Formats: sequence, structure tokens, C-alpha cells
Amino acid sequence: MADSPTTDPLSLENLHASVGIRTGRTHVLTILVENKPGVLSRVAGLFARRGFNIDTLAVGPTDDPDLSRITLTVDGAVHPIDQVTKQLHKLINVIKIRDLEPGEAVQRELAMFKISAEATQRAEVMQIVQIFRGKIVDLSHLTMIVEITGTNEKIAAFDEMIRPFGLVEMARTGEIAISRGRAET
Amino acid sequence: MRAVDALMECLKAEGVEVVFGLPGGANLPTYDAFYDAGIRHVLVRHEAGGGHAAEGYAKATGRVGVCFGTSGPGATNLATPICDAMMDSVPVVFFTGQVRTDLLGTDGFQEADTMGMTLPLVKHSIMIQDPQDLPRAVHEAFHIASTGRPGPVLVDIPVDLSKADIEYIPGGEINLPGYQPTTEGNQRQIRLAAKALAHAKRPIIYAGGGVVNAEASAELIALTRYGKFPITATLMGLGAYPADDPQWVGMLGMHGTRAANYGMDEADLIVAAGARFDDRITGKLDEFAPNAKFIHIDIDPAEISKNVPAHIPIVGDAKNVLSRLLGEYRALEPDASRLDDWWDKVNGWKEKYPLGYEDSEDSEIKPQFMIQALHEATGGNAIVTSDVGQHQMWTAQHYGFPEPRRWINSGGLGTMGFGLPAAIGAQIGCPDSQVVVVAGDGSIQMNSQEFATCVQEKLPIKVFIMNNGYLGMVRQWQELFWDHRYSQVDLQDHSPDWVKLAEAYGLQGVQLTKKESLIDDMKKILDMDGPVLVDVRVTREENTYPMIPAGEPARNMVG
Repeated sequence: MADSPTTDPLSLENLHASVGIRTGRTHVLTILVENKPGVLSRVAGLFARRGFNIDTLAVGPTDDPDLSRITLTVDGAVHPIDQVTKQLHKLINVIKIRDLEPGEAVQRELAMFKISAEATQRAEVMQIVQIFRGKIVDLSHLTMIVEITGTNEKIAAFDEMIRPFGLVEMARTGEIAISRGRAET
Repeated sequence: MRAVDALMECLKAEGVEVVFGLPGGANLPTYDAFYDAGIRHVLVRHEAGGGHAAEGYAKATGRVGVCFGTSGPGATNLATPICDAMMDSVPVVFFTGQVRTDLLGTDGFQEADTMGMTLPLVKHSIMIQDPQDLPRAVHEAFHIASTGRPGPVLVDIPVDLSKADIEYIPGGEINLPGYQPTTEGNQRQIRLAAKALAHAKRPIIYAGGGVVNAEASAELIALTRYGKFPITATLMGLGAYPADDPQWVGMLGMHGTRAANYGMDEADLIVAAGARFDDRITGKLDEFAPNAKFIHIDIDPAEISKNVPAHIPIVGDAKNVLSRLLGEYRALEPDASRLDDWWDKVNGWKEKYPLGYEDSEDSEIKPQFMIQALHEATGGNAIVTSDVGQHQMWTAQHYGFPEPRRWINSGGLGTMGFGLPAAIGAQIGCPDSQVVVVAGDGSIQMNSQEFATCVQEKLPIKVFIMNNGYLGMVRQWQELFWDHRYSQVDLQDHSPDWVKLAEAYGLQGVQLTKKESLIDDMKKILDMDGPVLVDVRVTREENTYPMIPAGEPARNMVG
């Protein structure tokens, strides 16, 4: 070993492990699965068993009737994402997983807010709805229901604005995502 | 033909020579098909026994084990062997009966949500919803169980569908778009691993059960001998490298040798092959092998960097990767003399800390000596199955396995009652081999009903109960870590008279109490025809040493 091992890129000192890293951001995983009974409970059970938290979850059909898409968001600050995806890949019914980078995908979520909106404050609420490009889908003497679509940041911002008027209840779908450009998700 | 008749054809097409099981209401059609299918069926006395027998068969032969049970309690009884097969990566296909489709979800008689209950325990599971799908499901189950990282696959068949008429087309078509295990290691990674090995001054090979599963023992031996590396193995990897070889440093982990554990602790490079850095290996994870870089070879990508971050991960079959790693390493023409200092150290530990025990001053049989005597009496060539506890650790330490697939035990799950049914499977799979069970007097009672199966099948299994009258491993922990407060571990006066129990089942029963004649007595017993139950009375309060106390690093071994 006369040749200096410190400059040799293969000396043991220069070997680094690059896994198990917590990225510190939210990851949107889009998972293509076989459209078979029980697949969702396999995915959900895996998360529960391994102690991974699901922040949001959306499931629906794709253009292929044999396949469904599960979109879920996971906090990369809490969980090593590579371990999450590797465990998911072990499920036989899971065909493909994409961990969508922010910027390379379009993400949307739909939410419905039931807001207490008596005549006196209705105009102000409607103004906010307009700014967020929401839609009023139901109106009564005391309340209105607003439908709003966007990234979860936009929905969170709307939530913050509207809450002081009196939020009766809210329902959200969880995010779905699709990659930008020609590439398949 | 009926779906169940097609099932029989599929089993034959998969080369199944024997299945283990127990009939019940929801699998009556299947058992009607067995009546004249020409497939050997071994009737067990409890479904758990059937599951473990299928595991023992699979572990001894490398072929897929098959087990049948009915719905409800039949399926819940199978939960333990299914989980056991998952933890130890054993290829077994389980077939359970299910209630009629119109009763599903109504809490019908003997209905259990078998699919739901076993979801976290299986590699995969399939519930039959259209009887026409049954043949494909069977072939998919065998394919998934036996390829990649092996494991259990469950096929749940509602009873009405099993009777239905289907069109059976032989051929074994499968459709698994989401399942493509990687078996070929990446060439760049293998070359990198070879270079790292050539730079290592204190390398050690750490082999696990994956080497046995991959039939990669010859490749492991070739690499280890060529490189003159010290080698250790996990409980599941014992036999992958011959225990009488000078490069063997003994098993590692909680009850491993000091040479193996200190070797891991001081190594600069660890080559993990088919092993998964279980907590029984690493002890305190933060302080595990603090000086080492890791090459991790595993067919399951999820194992790599799960517990210990790998510096050079190689996903692939151990046989493929190890043989190519040797080729790349050989091409570098490394100088083995760079390891001389390392070997001085390793051999120093081996000499200073052999696996020893204090012999009794009278005729009392020390449990460690019982295992050494068994090695002597069997010539070290038996297939040995065990239950779980002190006797299991002593067997792992003192038997010295020369080849893979000779040591069959429950490692990951630690299932008491595993040994006897596993021996049934092993003996049926290897009819010309000497099969012995080392059991505990506690463990054996968890599946002792299978003595009836042994007798019915005329299996010449020799069952040696290491009888200390305790749930010994629990007693040891209570002694060492719970201030001698022996809580619910004393079995001494409340176990059956083993010789009488043997006779009641139609076995021969023998009691052994003297160390002077132990080897000769064992030899005589091994020569007896048919199954024999041997009650070996050993020292009551002997501890399994050395040990790494739970949650501590390897260098803190005691005993």
C-alpha cells in the first residue's frame, strides 16, 4: 500500500452511506397499483405497521381499468422516504411508484368549506372567495358552501382567511398529482 | 372439472410431492380431491404443526412447502407458522378454506377474515373470487413464494367456489406486473466492493440465512478462503460455512462468540451477505461496529440500509453476487499478508475465549455437553431441528454444522414448539438423513400432539428433550436482570412423565441421566427403529453464555 490511500477514491475513508436521509419536505408519492380488492388495505396496513404517517391520501381510477392510482403525501422530515418506497415496492400489487419532485408535477386538491355567512358579512366572504377563485355551490340564510381547488398551500391560505367568519365544517380530498410534460407519472 | 381437481393438477405441475394439513368443513371439497389425487398428504394434529412441518420440509430441501387448513380456527391456528415463515424467509404456500361466498361478512360459522388477519404476515395473499382464477392463483403463489426473497403466500378459497366446475387449461400462466425481483447484482457495485475489500485491513464476512436460501454456500466458501477473511454467520446462516474450518470464528450476536462479536466491533469493512442486521445481531445500534464500512448484499432492497446504512449496497441473489465478487477480487491480486495482524488479533480472541463451560463434578449432564455428545453420537451429520430458548442457543453454539440446511430452527419469530413438526417435514423431505430434534421441556409441550403424526408416518425421528424443568431462557433473564425473581418459569413437578407419554403415543421412551455413558446411550438410541423420545436430565440452573445484554454493544459481552 505504498500508493497514498488518501487520494484513492476507493479507500475506505472515502466511502459514504447516502441513505436513510430525512429530506425535511413533504413528498408526494403517486403509486400505480393493480385494481384488485384489498390493495388499499395492504398499502394502508404497511404504513401503519412500519410507523409511517400518511398526511393525505387519495385513491381513484386511471385511464386503464386494471389500474388504480393512490396519491399520498408523507412527511420526509419524519420518515426516510427511501425506506417507505422500498417497503411499498415489496407489495406484489404495487406496479410503480413515483416520488414527485416539487416543480416537476402539478398538484391539486379540492376542498369544501361550510362557512357561517349571514347577510351582514356575506359580501366580505364572497370577495375572499373570488380572490381565491372559489365557487359558491350552496347558499342558505345562515351558511354558504364554497368549493375551492388548488395546491394544499392555497387551501390552507383560504382556510386561514375564512376561519374568522366562522367555519362550520370542512372536507378535503387529499392531494392528487400528475407529472408535467410528456413523461408519464 | 371441479376447481379442487384443477388444484391437484396444479400441485402436480409444480412438482409437489407432499403436503401437510388438517381437513375441516370449509375445505371438504379439497380433501375429497386429495382422496384419489395421488399426492402424499400428511395428516397433522394441529394446523400450526402442519405449517411448521411445511417450513421444515422447505428449509431442509429448498423446495416449496405446502400446508392446508380449514377456515376460521384452522386459519387462525396457521397465523403462527405463516408469520414464522415470513420472518425467516421460508417458501411455503398455505391454502385455507373459507366459508361460502354468500356467508362472507356475516360472521358465519367458522368464518374469520383470513386475508385481513394475515395481511401483515404474508409475502402475498390471494383470495379466490372466481373459481376460474384458481389455477393461475396457485402458480402465482408458488412463483412468489420461491423467487426473490422467499416467503409465505396464502391462498384463501371459499368452499362453494372450490366445488365449482371450471375449464382447466394446463400451462401455469401467471400475470404479475408488479413483481420482478432483482437477482443480478450491479457490476459497478460489485467492482467497487472488490476494491474496497482489497483496501480493507480488518475485514470480516457476516453471512445470513439468505446465503442458505440462495444455495450460495460454495460461493461463500470460495470467496472467504481465497481472501483469507474471517467469517461469522447468524443463527440462520449456520452451516453455510463449515464450523470446523480455521477461518470460522463462530456465530455472532447475542449468544455468539467473543471472536465473532469483537471481530465485528473492530472490523474496518463488513461484508453482509443475506443478513439483515437484526437487533439480536447489532445489540445497541448506535454503537454497532463503530469502525466499519458496510458492503450489504441482499436480494431484498428494503433490507439494505433499513437498520444500518450501507456504504456499498448490492441488490441481488447471493450466489450471483458472491461468485462475481470473487472474480473481481481475484483480478485485483490482493496480498493476503496485509491481514496478518488482523488474524493475530482474531486468533487471539478465539484462543482466549473459546465456548466453554464448567463441567459437573458428578454424573450430572451439563446442557452444553449434551449437545457436544449429540454431535459425537451423530458424527455431526444429522439434520437438527430445535425449539426456542436456551437449548436452541446451546445447539447453535456447540453442534458445529458442516453444511447448510442441517440446522432448522425458528430464528426471527422465535416460535416455541417449532422443532418437532419441523423435523417431520425435514424427515419426509430427506428420508435418508438422520433427523434429530433438540427440544426444551417447555417448548415441546407446545406441539407435542405431533408425536401422533410421527408414529402414523413411521418417521424415525429422535427427539431429545433437554430437560431442566424450567422455561430456561426466561429463568436466566429473571436471574440476571430481574433479581432472581423466578416468576412462572418452574415446570419441574408438573410436566408429564416423558417416557410414559412416549409410550402412550406409541413411541419408545428413554430417560438419560448420566454423562459418562451419554454418548454411547445416544448412539444406541440413534440406531433404534422408529421415533424415540429421549428425556435428558440436565443441570437445572445453567446459563447460556456468553451473552450481550439486550440493548448493549457487543464489547460489553458477559459470561
